[in-house]
Amino acid sequence: MTRIIPIVVVIAVALVACLPLLGDNYLLRLGTMFAMYAVLALSWNIIGGFAGYPSFATAAFFGLGAYTGAILQGAGIPMIVAWTGACVMALVFAVLLGMAILHLKGHYFAIASLVVAEVLLEIATSWTGLTGGGMGLNLPVLQISIEAQARLFFYAMLTIAVLALLMNWLVSRGKVGFALRCIRQNEDASSMVGIDTTFYKVTGFGLSAILVGGAGAIYASWVFYIEPADVFSVLLSVKPIVMAMLGGAGTVLGPVVGALVFIVMEELVWRNFLSFHAAVLGLLIVGLIFFLPNGILGLVRRRRAAGLKPEEEGAA
Amino acid sequence: MSLLTLENVSRSFGGLNALDAVDMQVSPGEIVGLIGPNGAGKTTLVNVVTGALRPSAGDIRFEGRSIAGKKPHQIGRMGIARTYQVVQPFPEMTVLENVMAPATFAARAEDMRTARLKSMEALEFVGLAGSAGTIAAELTLAGRKRLELAKSLAMNPRVLLLDEVNAGLNTAEIDGALTLIRRIADNGVTVIIIEHLMKVVMTLCSRLVVLHHGAKIAEGTPDEVSRDPHVIEAYLGTRYSRNLGAREAAHD
Amino acid sequence: MLYLQILLNGLMLGGLYACIAVGFSLVWGVLNVINILHGSFVVLGSYIAYFAYVHLGIHPFFSIVLSGGALFALGYAVQAGLINRVVGAPVLTTLVLTFGLDLLLNNSMLLAFSADYRTVRLENPFGSLVVANLVVPLNRLYAMLLAVVLTGLLYVVLMRSRIGRAIVAVRMDPEAAALMGVNVKRIFALTFGIGALMAGGAGSLLSLIFPISPLASTDFLGIAFVVCVLGGLGSIAGAMVGGLALGVIQSFGALFIGPEHGLTIAFVLLIILLIFKPTGLMGRRGYE
Repeated sequence: MTRIIPIVVVIAVALVACLPLLGDNYLLRLGTMFAMYAVLALSWNIIGGFAGYPSFATAAFFGLGAYTGAILQGAGIPMIVAWTGACVMALVFAVLLGMAILHLKGHYFAIASLVVAEVLLEIATSWTGLTGGGMGLNLPVLQISIEAQARLFFYAMLTIAVLALLMNWLVSRGKVGFALRCIRQNEDASSMVGIDTTFYKVTGFGLSAILVGGAGAIYASWVFYIEPADVFSVLLSVKPIVMAMLGGAGTVLGPVVGALVFIVMEELVWRNFLSFHAAVLGLLIVGLIFFLPNGILGLVRRRRAAGLKPEEEGAA
Repeated sequence: MSLLTLENVSRSFGGLNALDAVDMQVSPGEIVGLIGPNGAGKTTLVNVVTGALRPSAGDIRFEGRSIAGKKPHQIGRMGIARTYQVVQPFPEMTVLENVMAPATFAARAEDMRTARLKSMEALEFVGLAGSAGTIAAELTLAGRKRLELAKSLAMNPRVLLLDEVNAGLNTAEIDGALTLIRRIADNGVTVIIIEHLMKVVMTLCSRLVVLHHGAKIAEGTPDEVSRDPHVIEAYLGTRYSRNLGAREAAHD
Repeated sequence: MLYLQILLNGLMLGGLYACIAVGFSLVWGVLNVINILHGSFVVLGSYIAYFAYVHLGIHPFFSIVLSGGALFALGYAVQAGLINRVVGAPVLTTLVLTFGLDLLLNNSMLLAFSADYRTVRLENPFGSLVVANLVVPLNRLYAMLLAVVLTGLLYVVLMRSRIGRAIVAVRMDPEAAALMGVNVKRIFALTFGIGALMAGGAGSLLSLIFPISPLASTDFLGIAFVVCVLGGLGSIAGAMVGGLALGVIQSFGALFIGPEHGLTIAFVLLIILLIFKPTGLMGRRGYE
């Protein structure tokens, strides 16, 4: 079973990568959004899922990345370099912020991380000289066909989504993931067994930011125009959490599954209930908490664990 | 040559002295019992030595180097391990994973394979190898106490502080635990044990240190300490110690 | 003189802030739940006051009874029916749940009342009091005084009534309270109801001062956050001190930095406090 999963994942990624062949721009836009959501959910999963720190900082990293990319591109720097710069910016910011607020626990950490995005939003709105203020910022338009643009940004988003998935896989198998899982279950005991909790928490926070910054920059290039309220929106912090919980927080594939289910539902809701899509999202959240507390993968795993238990004990 | 030295160590909580200028020396290979009535400051002492709390004053030296004010993970890596009065497993992990954490981080095993091998060794030592795949939260109390011991052993400790490892165990389980602790000491680990059961302390320890209201009030062999009138008074109260004295007189 | 005027403005604002935050603080302290709905509760209270005035002619000072009562019922129902089921769950669960409920409530208000800003225009405005060159807008002064009275009333209820004592007992130690025969789940629901009641009351008072719109809910929530961290968690005195402090800081901040940055100043203050003194100005230890 465990050997099949990587193969299935590779085939799934390959299939998604074939999406442009369908020549449907609507589907391609949806695919790009899906990849972006997957990046956000997978990134949040490192700090929120593995380490169990309720981070609402995703919007801060995303907006910071979007503005960094936009400003760099506006200064004539090549797009790819601007995107990389956005990743670095988000990483540096997360490490500094993490060192400042990761000693907080529970609600206090959640509030601090939530408020940071609000403050960045204010700064972006007020610093008109650099960011264009509340009027927003236009990005240079690419001199290629609209179809080529759609494909370019789809593949760019998909690439970092795959990177995010790889990152989760590596973290879950390595020392960082082990340390973060220990921290989630008992932080005091973690430091007693020799885990440098500050180092691993800051590492996890940095990892949860780096690709989100890149996604923000690619998003900015993709839509050509950004404004503070759009890229620092609190929903950008909440949706990844919902997606990760929907699929199964703390698992490698859960956030991807969650992102897929989420984008399908969101699209259906957007099309049919435009004026109360927020309320429907709210209903979805309430349903999720009560009926799927361990996510879709949690459901599958529990069922499998129930079936496998005698065999496992026999082996041990 | 002293392995662990406490010099004048104090710790106060908002004006209340939980530890009051405690001096203490532990030599390699010793089993030292740390006793005293409830609230005497025993657990605070463990917390201060292992870095969970910072001493308000005084110095702690391990192998000649000061460790006062160092972080718990740094002290753990130097070779000081502890168990908790209230067991602290990582509840959702298997027993094996629980032990692999200290093997990986405190003892810095080169890779996961080595960590796994070393952890299995520790589990075998405490007699928990059969439950390696069990989720820690599903263990019995006695099992969790053994797990706690295995975790601290996987740290490759030079000094092991045991905080009431026998609390809540039945007689048979306590006998098993005593055998274990002796075998740990035989392997060259210095043991400091906090214990309420006099039987355990008397048979196990070569030396006792008695705390009362955060201060050290007596120190010596179990025999010396058990005859010390200060200790009897601190432990049992004046009335009881008088009765005890009367009964001993009757026996003579 | 200018500074004295600003200080006065800040104190009047601060009394209202305290009233906004005290219910939020109570719920956080007793249930260990951050109620993201709180801002929308305040707005709902304002709408009730608005419609009570426009259609029934009830002065907002008196519609406190209506808004408080309605929100108590809503809060009690939400806690008893939904949040009680996850009250011991990890922080993230309750946070996300109340966020989802807030989306639901706020979106419903948006649909029902639209995003347009409304204001209560009294037929007989209070006007202003001028004392030694200090201008005191009477609506603000009265609203602030009523807010303080309302907060004081809550204090008396907590200290004197049986239910109040039970709430305090549950805050100290839910297990011990349960052993002593307190129905903890019911106390949770009552506490959440009282938190919502305070939000509704504050909403009524604010309807005289601030424009009413569902969009304002995040501002009120933000204020509640900051006041709780400033004053320390779970005590009414803390909320009072935190509210007054925030009001004064914002008033002076508006003077020196600009009025449009009021909430940003509060948030920056919040982050600095959380980094360096997470126990609040009063040094009281919060949950966790």
